[in-house]
Amino acid sequence: MSDHAETPQKPTGLNRHAILERSATLLLVAAFLVVTIGGIIEIVPLFYLQNTIEEVEGVRPYSPLELTGREIYIREGCYVCHSQMVRPMRDEVERYGHYSLAAESMYDHPFQWGSKRTGPDLARVGGRYSDAWHVDHLIDPQSVVPTSIMPNYDFLLRRRIDGEHIEDLLATQRFVGVPYDDDMLEMAQADLAAQADPFGDTGVLDRYPGAQQRNFDGQPELTEMDALIAYLQVLGTMVDFSTFTADDSR
Amino acid sequence: MSDEKRTDPVTGLETTGHTWDGIEELNTPLPRWWLWVFYGCIVWGIIYVILFPAWPLVTGATGGVLGWSTRGQVADEIAAVDEANAPMYAALVDTDPAEIEADPNLHGFAVNAGASIFATYCSQCHGSGAAGAVGYPNLLDDDWLWGGTLEDVIYTVNHGIRNEDDPDARWSQMPAFGELLTAGEISTLVAHVQAMGEGTDPLSGEGGQIYADNCASCHGDDGTGDRFVGAPNLVDAIWLYGGDTATLTETIRNARFGVMPPWGERLDEAEVRAVAIYVHGLGGGEQPAAE
Repeated sequence: MSDHAETPQKPTGLNRHAILERSATLLLVAAFLVVTIGGIIEIVPLFYLQNTIEEVEGVRPYSPLELTGREIYIREGCYVCHSQMVRPMRDEVERYGHYSLAAESMYDHPFQWGSKRTGPDLARVGGRYSDAWHVDHLIDPQSVVPTSIMPNYDFLLRRRIDGEHIEDLLATQRFVGVPYDDDMLEMAQADLAAQADPFGDTGVLDRYPGAQQRNFDGQPELTEMDALIAYLQVLGTMVDFSTFTADDSR
Repeated sequence: MSDEKRTDPVTGLETTGHTWDGIEELNTPLPRWWLWVFYGCIVWGIIYVILFPAWPLVTGATGGVLGWSTRGQVADEIAAVDEANAPMYAALVDTDPAEIEADPNLHGFAVNAGASIFATYCSQCHGSGAAGAVGYPNLLDDDWLWGGTLEDVIYTVNHGIRNEDDPDARWSQMPAFGELLTAGEISTLVAHVQAMGEGTDPLSGEGGQIYADNCASCHGDDGTGDRFVGAPNLVDAIWLYGGDTATLTETIRNARFGVMPPWGERLDEAEVRAVAIYVHGLGGGEQPAAE
């Protein structure tokens, strides 16, 4: 091949790309520039645009018991069949309730939006069924929904929890940006047990406003069933949609 | 080797000037249709950016001259359906519940709307056919815990049962007699309650004494229950949790505490009435007592 520098082609018009194509270094630098610009335009605005960081009153970090339930939700792969994202479409809003807001999963690490619904969306399942229904349904889904293909999770009722590592879990969540304060960390294990005890008095309700305190699974032991139901019953209930008005431009 | 461009004599097209081992590369132009589609896409892209939300700015993005948004779209769609239903919903709220049945058009609307609401919110507990399940009352029969007139059903749907969200929820709590009676007394009582269903006088015998002392205040001297406190009728053949010895023992020992959410918080008044009319019409609906 002849030396490119000596080619008699005039670098005009559409032929100019030959300059880039014939120099690996120049091509690399130019490609990097293009990808950088594209990346900045696509990604950076997400950190400052109002619609991605819409502030909504009522969203709080999960209580220790709810957070434990969330870990169980993830462990059991509930997200494989259940989404937590009511999309802004009429049919979904009519069935599940107000469409999900970004702020509602701001303390979810990782978020549980999911991508497939074999079962129904759970973003607003909180308060929709009684605790007893959840216990019955998790023990044997077909006993209340005969056409369901959900597996049994009866073992949750037998697996006790004591919150041995709950403080570490809260600390980890704090590390990734969830605003748990020192008090919450210190009281985490006590709060975990107190929320499932109607007479528990550790100030858990002061630390986590709106948290529900009762014996979720109806049996004396603190089990994974308590935690999972506490989590399910808080889903989608933090924002008061009787006072919140969504901004259409977002 | 040469980078000279030349015209290929066979095709009449110019070569690129690239040559490898004597093989030359033709500079065949792109097909016209492809080029026009490509230009068309560029033009469409520019139009789209002008019409719809697109470019990120300092705190938001350009809104687009159409003012379209997903949230706006869903709000419009819901508003359109609400508007179409508005006259019927208004009529449902304005008409005295007892008189809705007299208007076939309104009643038909309410039953259909109610069926759809039932499938969405109620079927998970009461079953898609409303036959209930163990612990979740059958709504097809005429055995009502809290009352079966339309007014009663509307109240129950609105406020729910034994929930902590609505201060007006129907409320009662059976004591857990495991702490109040001995195991022997409970087993006598279980046998007595089972016999009551077969015609034994609720107040007779040893079991009758225990019944009178502990149960009759709510379930009645005749065992037919008291709807004011949601105490079930014990002398019909209908059992919510089961009438076998083991289940009855469990019920008496630990009591039951069936919960229903207050649907008035999620449904508006017209929807509550629609679903109540649907349930009331399933077979067991009662008429208010004549005055």
